[in-house]
Amino acid sequence: MATFKDFRNDVKPNWCPGCGDFSVQAAIQRAAANVGYEPNELAVVSGIGCSGRISGYINSYGFHGIHGRALPIAQGLKMANRDLKVIASGGDGDGFAIGMGHTIHAIRRNIDITYVVMDNQIYGLTKGQTSPRSAAGFVTKSTPGGAIEPSLKPLEVALTAGATFVAQGFSTEIKELTALIEAGLNHKGFSFINVFSPCVTYNKVNTYDWFKENLTKVADIEGYDSSNREQAMQAVMQSEGLLTGIIYQDTETTSYQEKVSGYSEIPLTDIDISLTEEQFDKLTKEFM
Amino acid sequence: MLHQLSWKVGGQQGEGIESTGEIFATAMNRLGYHLYGYRHFSSRIKGGHTNNKITVRPTEVRSIADDLDILVAFDQETIDVNYKELTPKSIILADAKFNPVAPEDCVAPLFAVGFTEIAAELGTSLMKNMVAIGATAALLNLKEEVFQNVVTEIFGRKGEEVVAKNMEAIQLGRVAIAEQIGERVGDWELAPADGKRRMFMIGNDAVAFGALAAGARFMAAYPITPASEIMEFMIKKLPLVGGAVIQTEDEIAAATMAIGANYGGVRSFTASAGPGLSLMMEAIGLSGMTEQPLVIFDTQRGGPSTGLPTKQEQSDLMAMVYGTHGEIPKVIIAPSTMEEAFYDTIQAFNIAEELQLPVIVLTDLQLALGKQSVDPFDYSKVEIRRGKIVTPEETDAKDYFKRYEVTEDGISPRVLPGVKGGIHHVTGVEHNEQGKPSEATGNRRDQMDKRFRKLNSLRFDNPVHVNAPHEEADVLLVGFNSTRGAIEEVQEVLNAEGIKTNHAHVRLVFPFPAEEMSALVDKAKKVIVVENNATGQLSNIMKMAIGGHAKTTNILKYDGTPFLPRELTNLVKEKI
Repeated sequence: MATFKDFRNDVKPNWCPGCGDFSVQAAIQRAAANVGYEPNELAVVSGIGCSGRISGYINSYGFHGIHGRALPIAQGLKMANRDLKVIASGGDGDGFAIGMGHTIHAIRRNIDITYVVMDNQIYGLTKGQTSPRSAAGFVTKSTPGGAIEPSLKPLEVALTAGATFVAQGFSTEIKELTALIEAGLNHKGFSFINVFSPCVTYNKVNTYDWFKENLTKVADIEGYDSSNREQAMQAVMQSEGLLTGIIYQDTETTSYQEKVSGYSEIPLTDIDISLTEEQFDKLTKEFM
Repeated sequence: MLHQLSWKVGGQQGEGIESTGEIFATAMNRLGYHLYGYRHFSSRIKGGHTNNKITVRPTEVRSIADDLDILVAFDQETIDVNYKELTPKSIILADAKFNPVAPEDCVAPLFAVGFTEIAAELGTSLMKNMVAIGATAALLNLKEEVFQNVVTEIFGRKGEEVVAKNMEAIQLGRVAIAEQIGERVGDWELAPADGKRRMFMIGNDAVAFGALAAGARFMAAYPITPASEIMEFMIKKLPLVGGAVIQTEDEIAAATMAIGANYGGVRSFTASAGPGLSLMMEAIGLSGMTEQPLVIFDTQRGGPSTGLPTKQEQSDLMAMVYGTHGEIPKVIIAPSTMEEAFYDTIQAFNIAEELQLPVIVLTDLQLALGKQSVDPFDYSKVEIRRGKIVTPEETDAKDYFKRYEVTEDGISPRVLPGVKGGIHHVTGVEHNEQGKPSEATGNRRDQMDKRFRKLNSLRFDNPVHVNAPHEEADVLLVGFNSTRGAIEEVQEVLNAEGIKTNHAHVRLVFPFPAEEMSALVDKAKKVIVVENNATGQLSNIMKMAIGGHAKTTNILKYDGTPFLPRELTNLVKEKI
């Protein structure tokens, strides 16, 4: 059985020293090993940005796509080969700005993949512009007078869009994060995991210390029931999204693949794709 | 007896004009006639003038007829908009309900028939369409039985009584017109057809059937006119063979999802029109850069922007050839007949996988939506070639698999995700043989050259459809997509008049078949490129590839309507 070391490769990440993404990478590697995947059974699909490089740093099949489009690529891949384990990942700009349309619809669609967002509340690779996750008033190169727009609330959006699995982690809490990703991988449907992954170079507000001071674990909320969507929404709103843990999970709803009529139970990559002469003639006659 | 009948039914959209045309055409098709239909419609659900013009012949029909023999009108607008197509031998059958009036300069007689009234007496005015078909049948001397099967198929599930009522409506329509025109009944009788069974389909059906036969088992698409029928066909048929369709949130998702599925190893595609293709450009670049197969159908319609969404145009060509940023190898195929639409689609999937690049199948609205009779496709000609795919047994790579190995032909063997020993990286960033990012200058050159080298292995039979009877021609007519039938008819007329005319229809638009076209251009005194666009896109590509500027001119039409044979003949004569 593979260990997390088998998910390592020899590529040196080009992230800044201290970047939160290192821990996210480690958590994905550990979670993949813990749930029993072999490296060849996993594909990591990522977007563009610092975090988008992650697909190249994990010893698994990796697809580094275009900005904002990790999710449709990952969903297409899963539809092609339903036996493959698919993780999509990217940053907050990737998932909540340019790719927001895909994020909401992927959540609604509920294809059985896991989406890990590395949320640093800033555009890092382009050297420090505001992100949809930057707080109002946040000063960046593109918002010298402070961000005017309010910060987007990914957990609320996910819950509203009909998510069946919503979790949030913090990159330094690697044990918790690993457990969250494991739970996401085991979830039958689309699992959405937002991870606070601080940018040590451009975000001097939402730092490791800031998160340590402000985050609450749902496990510490008395009587928290992650299967209760209303309670989840309330907790998220009350905490202004500064929660970690499994915020919400619906184990009843079946995934998209289970609902598509006629969709092959064995991967499409393994079926005989030729039409029989009988099928061909039947189609021909339908046009006559 | 007529050797060609041109019949048109018109009225307000949403009034059953479509089904009137459909029932008449299906019945004629089953008698073994050849048909070519073209719909005029607007971008709205109900209301607005719509018509369906169907050209019927006992022999092959290749384009829309210039004239109209019978005009069936359900409103005054239908008469006002279409009467100029009528000749003194034509006839207008109009619903008496709206007190139809023939314009003063209308050369054809008008007969008001109580389509709605007769139908209402039978129980529902919805059957007015059947009364009109009955009146048509009388003019053509067709027996009611001709329509029995079609009517049973459409209304059978509503019960025998409904079928019987509809058949009665046909009978009463026949009687009603006979009472008015007396012995002219049967004057529009067509020469008998061969009785052979043919398919009756639109181009979108042909490419969708082709995709299914080619083994495409996943489609991701966003609805758009005039491409939606492709998706709708796949939604009906893919579940029968284990596949699936996802209607995506936009065209960017459609193209990238199809790329993801192709990467996974299943033949996947999307279909759209100009606006959708504009959104897909970055994805097409990704397919080219990461060498993932991708097939995209572009059913061209009137542009730019939203343009003329329900009208004919051929103005996406340049965008398809040059649309992506940066440089990638790609292949653009432009079928011009139903047969080509079917077989070329299969080739598109083969080429996309063999050369690992995007293949765009370009059609246009006239081809995509024009309904034609077509001989059954040949099952034995369906060949699936998937290119170099490494099987699990063939790889035991300990390190990353060299997915982008620099090979002599530029094609690197592909391994599908899941295979042990096949792990590699895919990225739209310039990469080395293992797919890992690399900006090294030498590597950049090697990978760029490798990608473009793949085009040398492109196999495409008959990239130009040629009908060149003359070694020294007065004129070479050139076109692509649905202008083929009109150009063929023009060629016949001109040759009969002693103007030596050759015809080349470009099927492989990119890479441009320079060799084949040069030879044809050399043989002609004048080259006229016929296109449904305003800037002469095909002729520009042609000039870039082979020169010939001095003798090349254009006939361009961009008013949203297709070329008609006589119109085109006159335009060509003006140019010679």
